[in-house]
Amino acid sequence: MSTFLQHLVDGVSLGSIYALIALGYTLVYGILKLINFAHGDLFMLSAYAGLGACAAFGFADAGLALGGFASWAAFSAVLAASMVAAAGAGWLVERLAYRPLRRQPRLNLLITAVGVSLLLENGAQAVFGANPRRFPDLVADTAAFSVGGVTVGTLDLAVFGTAIVLLGVLEFWVHHTRMGRSMRAVSHSHETAALLGINVDSVVSWTFAVGSALAAAAAVLYEAKYPKVEPLMGVLPGIKAFVAAVLGGIGNLRGAVVGALLLGLAETFVAAYGASSWRDALAFGLLILILLFKPSGLLGRNVREKV
Amino acid sequence: MASRSFLRLAPLVCAAVPFLYGCGPKADDSVIRIGEFGALSGDTATFGETTHEGVQMAVEEINAAGGIHGRKIQLITEDDQGRPDQATLVVEKLITHDRVHALVGEVASSNSLAAAPIAQRYSVPMISPSSTNPKVTQQGDYIFRVCFIDPFQGKVAAKFAYGSLKARTAAVLRDQKSDYSLGLADVFKKEFQDQGGKVVLDKAYSSGDVDFKAQLTAIREAEVDLIYVPGYYGEVGLIAKQARSIGLKQPLMGGDGWESEELYKIGGAALEGCYFSNHCAPDSTEPQVRGFVARYQVRWNHEPGALAMLGYDAIKTLADALGRSKDLKGASIRDALAQTKDFAGVTGNISIDADRNAVKSAVILRIQGGRAVYQETVRP
Repeated sequence: MSTFLQHLVDGVSLGSIYALIALGYTLVYGILKLINFAHGDLFMLSAYAGLGACAAFGFADAGLALGGFASWAAFSAVLAASMVAAAGAGWLVERLAYRPLRRQPRLNLLITAVGVSLLLENGAQAVFGANPRRFPDLVADTAAFSVGGVTVGTLDLAVFGTAIVLLGVLEFWVHHTRMGRSMRAVSHSHETAALLGINVDSVVSWTFAVGSALAAAAAVLYEAKYPKVEPLMGVLPGIKAFVAAVLGGIGNLRGAVVGALLLGLAETFVAAYGASSWRDALAFGLLILILLFKPSGLLGRNVREKV
Repeated sequence: MASRSFLRLAPLVCAAVPFLYGCGPKADDSVIRIGEFGALSGDTATFGETTHEGVQMAVEEINAAGGIHGRKIQLITEDDQGRPDQATLVVEKLITHDRVHALVGEVASSNSLAAAPIAQRYSVPMISPSSTNPKVTQQGDYIFRVCFIDPFQGKVAAKFAYGSLKARTAAVLRDQKSDYSLGLADVFKKEFQDQGGKVVLDKAYSSGDVDFKAQLTAIREAEVDLIYVPGYYGEVGLIAKQARSIGLKQPLMGGDGWESEELYKIGGAALEGCYFSNHCAPDSTEPQVRGFVARYQVRWNHEPGALAMLGYDAIKTLADALGRSKDLKGASIRDALAQTKDFAGVTGNISIDADRNAVKSAVILRIQGGRAVYQETVRP
């Protein structure tokens, strides 16, 4: 029984990381009806930004020597720097690759997204080299508490906590602020929102910036648990987060988190109890099933277009 | 208006540029061209890098001594990033564009398996320094290797686990994306069970994975004496760390895929008391090894690993065959290679058998104090 609960904890921890990436996917889709395939690669760039931040602040050599409060402060500093860098990168990608195509058929935008993804992956390989690098240990991955054979790590708590907190902040922002209202207006109709005096360009830029910042939060937390940075690290987590977003209902914030947690749990249980070789195949199998039986996702609603 | 049509043409012009690289050098037999391909970047970069150091040193020594029958060796090295699809590309390039007389590579069996059919098709002899999956040399009569094969390595591991470590139950954790790992895991399982042991759990992961908690927690529940992880050093290091972090105290055991300095950087203290089978021990006291280690230290400023020694032997064996070959045609080099008998390499005595494999001993290494320490030798 305790092993089952342990798998539950591991699954939620894994799902929380997917949740942070999925939130970015879902935000952008909600506003632009675009699946930003380059999102996983922004996750990867954020990890490199985190590496740069560690080097700039001098944490690379300190390792775990800081200890206690200081190490969490260092972690937060790297997290903040990484989120800012990612927001900038996301803004740049939107400005250069997606905005010029906004009036064009959606297919063109999708193909460009794939192109940006390939550019970022191969560009990172060329600039940073294909060798994996090690992310400095800032926070020790110790056990926060142990209950009856089930160990919950401090990082597991941090990852889950961050996902829930950021979801809450995002929900507040989208539903209770002026910018949020503008975003919801733009997601219904660009033209009408523009007619009502909303600066659509600005709203879209903010959306990309925030979505990318969420990917950065995911990246730094991911690095704390699995300290490997390499140019193709965003491919599989990106696809899985996309599956999670679709699972929960793409465009729906809570759906993204629910879908991601479900995916994390499913993956963990398949790897533990079933054939662990099917772990990755499961994500794609789930995607096909959901699209066959409930394409709007678990928490999504089917929006009929009235002619 | 003019700038508009320029913009339309620009992509076409850019796309045409790569085709200019198609023009290549003329084939010429005054120099012996050897193509080397390996992972010089990517997850298994240390495999290609260390092998290359051994290969380069061997080529330099041969050229300094005057070459082979007066011909110098030109070494052309390509990076396949440790990926089979890239391996096929670079081998095709080495054969058709650089017109190499022979190929040396690869370390990882998956990449050798991808490259071998191409070498066979063009009748270019290929020597793998350290691919151990038996299927590699079965791809054709132009494919050779200077190391042992996994049916032997797995048996060695199983005997050691059962006989020396007294393990009676084991769990296997294999890399499902690596032909090497799959083959070696199967051999170990069969041999361990033939001895009387029981493989209680057989789990898998993929190269590139970073999270193994699910598989390891399941293994913890099974309470086995030994965990056999015949994978590559990148994942093995993480597996060891995560295993210790969830309370697994059993020794881990693996194969020559563990051979890398990076293993200890990634796995750290979690690897203490673990074992792995390998081709040779660089701290051996045999005179040819000590001589090699001293020369290598001077050339590269650090200690060699087993893979560097195999890379060196691959070139030396090839050079020996080139010396006996009547000309530089693929068939002649192949015949000379097939007749290699009792060649004194730094990794041991190399004789190529009827299956084009070398019959060599294996060593078991123990990890102690952050490095591999010689435990015992097992003869074939």
